[in-house]
Amino acid sequence: MHEGSGAWQLVVSGDPALYAIVRLSLAVSLSAVALAALVGLPLGGALALARFPGRGVLIVIINAFMGLPPVVVGLAVYLLLSRSGPLGDYGLLFTPTAMVIAQAILITPIIAALTRQTVEDLWLEYRDEMNAMGVTPFARLATLLYDARIALVTAMLAGFGRAAAEVGAVMIVGGNIDGFTRTMTTAIALETSKGDLPLAMGLGLVLLAIVLAVNASAWGLRVFAERRIG
Amino acid sequence: MRAPAPDLPLMFENVSLRAGDTLLLRDIDLIIRPGAPTLLVGPNGAGKSTLLRLAMGLVAPTLGAVTWGGSPDPAPRRRAMLFQRPVMLRRSAGANLIYALKHAGVARDVWPARVRDLLERVGLEHVAQRPARKLLGGEQQRLALARALARDPEILLLDEPTANLDPAATRAVEEIVLNAAASGVKILMASHDLGQVRRLAGEVCFLVAGRLHEKAAAEVFFQHPQSPLTQAFLRGDLVMET
Amino acid sequence: MRFFMKLILAATVAFGAAPAQAQDKSIIVASTTSTQDSGLFNYLLPLFKAKTGIDVKVIAQGTGQALDTGRRGDADVVFVHAKSAEEKFMAEGFGVKRFDVMYNDFVLVGPVADPAGVKGGKDIVAALKIIDAKKAPFVSRGDKSGTHLAELALWKDAGLDPAANKESWYREIGQGMGAALNTAKAMGAYVLSDRGTWISFKGKDGLAIAVEGDAKLFNQYGVILVNPAKHPHVKADLGQAFVNYVISPEGQKDIAGYRIEGQQLFFPNAGK
Repeated sequence: MHEGSGAWQLVVSGDPALYAIVRLSLAVSLSAVALAALVGLPLGGALALARFPGRGVLIVIINAFMGLPPVVVGLAVYLLLSRSGPLGDYGLLFTPTAMVIAQAILITPIIAALTRQTVEDLWLEYRDEMNAMGVTPFARLATLLYDARIALVTAMLAGFGRAAAEVGAVMIVGGNIDGFTRTMTTAIALETSKGDLPLAMGLGLVLLAIVLAVNASAWGLRVFAERRIG
Repeated sequence: MRAPAPDLPLMFENVSLRAGDTLLLRDIDLIIRPGAPTLLVGPNGAGKSTLLRLAMGLVAPTLGAVTWGGSPDPAPRRRAMLFQRPVMLRRSAGANLIYALKHAGVARDVWPARVRDLLERVGLEHVAQRPARKLLGGEQQRLALARALARDPEILLLDEPTANLDPAATRAVEEIVLNAAASGVKILMASHDLGQVRRLAGEVCFLVAGRLHEKAAAEVFFQHPQSPLTQAFLRGDLVMET
Repeated sequence: MRFFMKLILAATVAFGAAPAQAQDKSIIVASTTSTQDSGLFNYLLPLFKAKTGIDVKVIAQGTGQALDTGRRGDADVVFVHAKSAEEKFMAEGFGVKRFDVMYNDFVLVGPVADPAGVKGGKDIVAALKIIDAKKAPFVSRGDKSGTHLAELALWKDAGLDPAANKESWYREIGQGMGAALNTAKAMGAYVLSDRGTWISFKGKDGLAIAVEGDAKLFNQYGVILVNPAKHPHVKADLGQAFVNYVISPEGQKDIAGYRIEGQQLFFPNAGK
C-alpha cells in the first residue's frame, strides 16, 4: 500500500510517538466508554422499566442526542472547563480528562438509548416470570442489565466506535498538544493540514485497524459467551 | 424473611376480566382450598391461562375480586407459577435456582443445600453448572418447576407445562407435580390433554368461553358429567358457547 | 459535583488516560497554526526543555482564537503574529508585556500554470489587483488568524474588498494554513501563506510561489505572558521563563538555527 507506507513504517519500526498516540486514544476512548456506561446503562434500563409522565419526551431527546455534533459538545465542555467557566478551578481544559468528559457526554446517549431498547425487549419476555418470583423493581433492573449483558456489549462498542472516530470534540477540549493530548484523529487532522496526506491516510488506516481489533475481540467474547451462557 | 402469611384459600368472587372489547372471563366464582390437584380444562381460548394469571396476581380483574388467604394484596407470598414457556435466566441451572431462592427471601446460608435438594427433586443434579438456556426442552421445564418449588409454595399454578414436551419428558414433569402434591402443595393446573387430567386430577374445573361451566370431583366429572356441553367435550366434540 | 469529578478522574487514571499526578512543571502556550505546522516548536521546545526542564504544551490555533484562549485564562503564554490584535489584547489588560520575537514573511502561492499571470512580481498589491480584475480563484483563511488579518490588510491597500463584495472567485474557508494550501491546490487558486508553513508543506506539487519579497509581506511574531492579575492560576514564573528564553540571545540563536531543506524559516529580531 503506497499511500500509507509512511505510517506503516512507523508501526513496523515501533515508533514510540505513534504508540503513545495510539495508547492515549485507546485510554481516552475506553475511559469515556466506562464512564458513559456507568451512567448510560442504569439510565437506559430505568427508562425501559419506569413509567412516568414525560417518559416519551425523554426517550425522544435521548435518541436525538445520539446524533449530537461532536463540535457542539466540545464547545460546551470547553466553556464549562475553561478557566473563565464554572468548572475552571479544576484546571482540566487541555488535558486527557477533558477529552474523556467530552467523549463520555457524546456517547452516553448512544449507550442509554440502545440499553433502553434492549432492556425493554427483554422485559417483555421476563415480566411475568419476574413478577411471579416477586422480584423488586431495583432487582429487576439489575437482572435485566445482567441478562442483556451480551447485547449491551454491542451498545458499548457503538459508543467506543463513535468516541474513537470523533475529532471535533477532542480537538477543542484537548488542544491536540503533542505528546499530551494528541490522539489518532487529531494527529490525522494535523497531518492533513500539514499537507502530508499519505501519512494522514496511513494513520487513518492504523486507527481503522485498532477499531477493527477492538470489535473483533468483543465479537470473540460474544461468541464465547453465547456458547457458555446461551 | 418473608411473612408467613398464607396464600390459601384462593378466592375468585364474581370476577370478570375485559381486554378491550373482549370479555376474557366473566362472573367467575371459585374457591381453591388445600387438597388434591385441581385441573383447569376447556377448549383453546376458554380462559384457562387468563384465570391462572389472575390467580397469580399478574393481572387485576376488571370486576370482582381475587383474594389470597383473605388478603387482596397480589404480591406473591407462598405461591409460584410455571409458565408454558418458562424464561430461563441467562446463567447456569444452579444460578437460576439461587435467583429464585434469593427473591423468595430464603437465607443465603441454606442456598447450597436447597439447590442440591431441588435439583435432586427434578432429577437435574448432573446439569447444575450447565447454562440454563442450553438445556433440552424437558430439562428446562423441570428446572422451571424446581425454580417454582424453590419458593416453597402452598399453591403451585401450572399453565399447560407439558404442551410442548414428548411423552418421556411429560411423564417426568407429571411425576414431579404428583410428588409435590403428595407433599402438600396445592396444584392448580391448566391442561387440554384429557389423559393427563385423568392421571392427575382430584378436581376438575371446566371452562368454556370465559365462564366456569362445571366444577366437580374428577371421577364425577368423567363418570357422570352433568351438562350436555361437558358430555360433548368429553366425547371429543368441538364445543363452543352458543 | 466534587464526587463526580473524582469519579471522572478515577476512571481516567484507571485506564491510563491521565497520569495520577501531572508532572507539573509545564505551561500551556497558545500559538498559531503557522508556528506548529512549520515544525518550529518541534525543534525549539526540546531545546527549551533541556535547558529549563519545563514542558511546553502548545495549542495551535488561529491568532484570534489563540488570543481568546489567553483572555479566558486557558493559556499561560500567547505566541502569535498580528500586532494590532496583540496590542488590543494588551490594552484590555490581559497581557503583562508584549515582546517582538521574530519575523518571517508571507508569500503569495498560486497554481504553477499561473492563470492570472502574476508570477515573478515583487508588488503584492499590484498582484492582488490583477487577480481581482481577472477573477482568478483566491482562497482566504477566513478564520481571523494572523495570516487572514494580514491578507485583509493587503486587500485594503489595494483598495479592494472582495470579502464584503462576496466575489464568487474569493473563497473563505475558515480553516488553518495547511488546509488552505490543500484547498488552493485542489481549486487551482491563489492563497496567501506564511513562508514557514509553505516550505514545510508536504503537498506542494502543482503550486508555486507567485509573489514574494515585498516589504508589505513582513510578518512579525510577538510573545505575551498572560496577566496573572487577571488569572491568578497562570504559571507566571514558568511562563516568564519561556518568554525570557525566546527573546534571549540563546533562544534567538536557536530560532535562527531552524532550517528546512537548507532554508531559514524565521528571523529573530527581539529587542530591535
